Amino acid sequence: MSELISEIEGIYAVWLREAKIYVREKERLISSVISPLLWIFAFGAGVGSTVNVISGYSYQVFIYPGIAVMAVLFTSLFYGVYIIWDRKLDFLKEVLVAPVSRASVFAGKMLGGATDAMMQGIFLLIIGLFIKVPLTPLVLIQAFLMLLLISIAMVSIGLVIGANLNSPEGFGLVINFVMWPMFFFSGALFPVGNLPSWLEKATYVNPLTYGVDAMRGIILGINHFPIYYDAAIMFLFALLAMGVGILSFRRM
Amino acid sequence: MVIKTEGLTKKYGKITAVEGLNLEVEEGEIFGLLGPNGAGKTTLISMLCTILKPTSGRAWVNGFDIVRESGKVRKSIGIVFQAPSVDDLLTGRENLAMHNLLFGVPRGIRKQRIDEVLSIVNLEKRADDLVNTYSGGMRRRLELARGIMHHPKILFLDEPTLGLDPQTREHIWEYIVNLAEKECMTVMLTTHYMEEAEQLCDRVAIIDYGKIVALDYPQTLKNKVAGDVVKIKQKARDIETIKKLDYVKSVQEKDGLLYLSIKNASSHLQDLLAHTGPIDFVEVRSGTLNDVFLHYTGREIREGEGEGGFWERVMKR
Repeated sequence: MSELISEIEGIYAVWLREAKIYVREKERLISSVISPLLWIFAFGAGVGSTVNVISGYSYQVFIYPGIAVMAVLFTSLFYGVYIIWDRKLDFLKEVLVAPVSRASVFAGKMLGGATDAMMQGIFLLIIGLFIKVPLTPLVLIQAFLMLLLISIAMVSIGLVIGANLNSPEGFGLVINFVMWPMFFFSGALFPVGNLPSWLEKATYVNPLTYGVDAMRGIILGINHFPIYYDAAIMFLFALLAMGVGILSFRRM
Repeated sequence: MVIKTEGLTKKYGKITAVEGLNLEVEEGEIFGLLGPNGAGKTTLISMLCTILKPTSGRAWVNGFDIVRESGKVRKSIGIVFQAPSVDDLLTGRENLAMHNLLFGVPRGIRKQRIDEVLSIVNLEKRADDLVNTYSGGMRRRLELARGIMHHPKILFLDEPTLGLDPQTREHIWEYIVNLAEKECMTVMLTTHYMEEAEQLCDRVAIIDYGKIVALDYPQTLKNKVAGDVVKIKQKARDIETIKKLDYVKSVQEKDGLLYLSIKNASSHLQDLLAHTGPIDFVEVRSGTLNDVFLHYTGREIREGEGEGGFWERVMKR
């Protein structure tokens, strides 16, 4: 029992540090507000002016769930780079020699990253209220939970990459190969239904597709798969990513 | 015996960093590992702190096996790393609070314990400032405070005064001695500063290429080897004659200079100079641990410190 408490306190300690630093580093806060705004207003409104209404929604509203997922995806994956800086600056040593399991250290970091990403997620959900996205309180709660699940999975992937690399530059290269294909083949910017078949197959093996599909289903009622099916796949993927993450932290 | 090693060995590929080390440290000692950079001090201490796994051999810290009971070892020791490891973006107090959580300090005494250790290292006034406003010496003090937070039985210090100016260094020494007394701790530290080992340590192990070449009280080591040291530059290099003199304990030649260790220089110097013939230079001083190191390894401990150490530190960034 006391073992369990000390593990939970370990998770809390690591998370608390991340949360404090997130609040103190203003750049993180500012960039996480500005980039999704650009996507919704500049990209969504711009492309929306030439694209017809999709399934009864303006393009801006249609891509809104996808943009929310994207914002969470980018922040979550990039969060992995901090683990490299922590190691470079020797700060992490203090945590790694503590009598706390690596699984807990991973969990603390993962929750820290998810907090970071979900601050953006919450901000985007609030923006949604102002651009005529049909958000009821129930929809908001469901959308929040789905985004949280996505961010847990993606922060874990970011941490796996960060834990296995030694340079921030290398991280930047690798993450681009993960992030962009995941984003483009997720249906975030276009409906999956009317794609050429090779592209459609690519979207099916991409776990993020199910996250986007679920979000669009929850918010707009347009979904390709049943939402519980989407959520189950995302959940399993998150478990897998966390498992690999814990293994990577043990070897660190 | 709070620390005991048996044939402790660590290899990195073909390089042996620590080779078959046998060591015993008594409770309450301040024990120094003295050696040049790359001698294997940090590797040894990392193994004892369970950060590295030994290639072979065994070791016990506070009676716990460092491989099988690493969790228990970690709970019973405090560590101050060579490179600063306090979090810049947190305040001093927040760093300590985080340590409390990570090391399972009982909830009821956390606040009180933070104030206690802050006052031991005289950081009360700056406790709520961000660490990135601290000087190098203050960071070290904060790390010392953090290292002792959870009442460890042993405190490991890896080059505790590396990169600090001489005045700050002496202050840190005072804090270390103070801590060891107040908290009844055993301290094991690595250093490549002779003065540090002499001033601070009860016993010193001299390490070179991963092996212990000598281990004793600093004074005993000096008496055994050094006594007084006469540094001399002869016109005619005639080492053999000097070696035959019965009061000359040992002769080392380095850079054209002879280093003679002599039991009592004042009573033998005249006779010595009569035997050496004409000289260019002579210097007499009492022996130091550096002479002990020179005696056992044929090198000075300072060699390879300047540039190597500097680049090592730069490359880390």
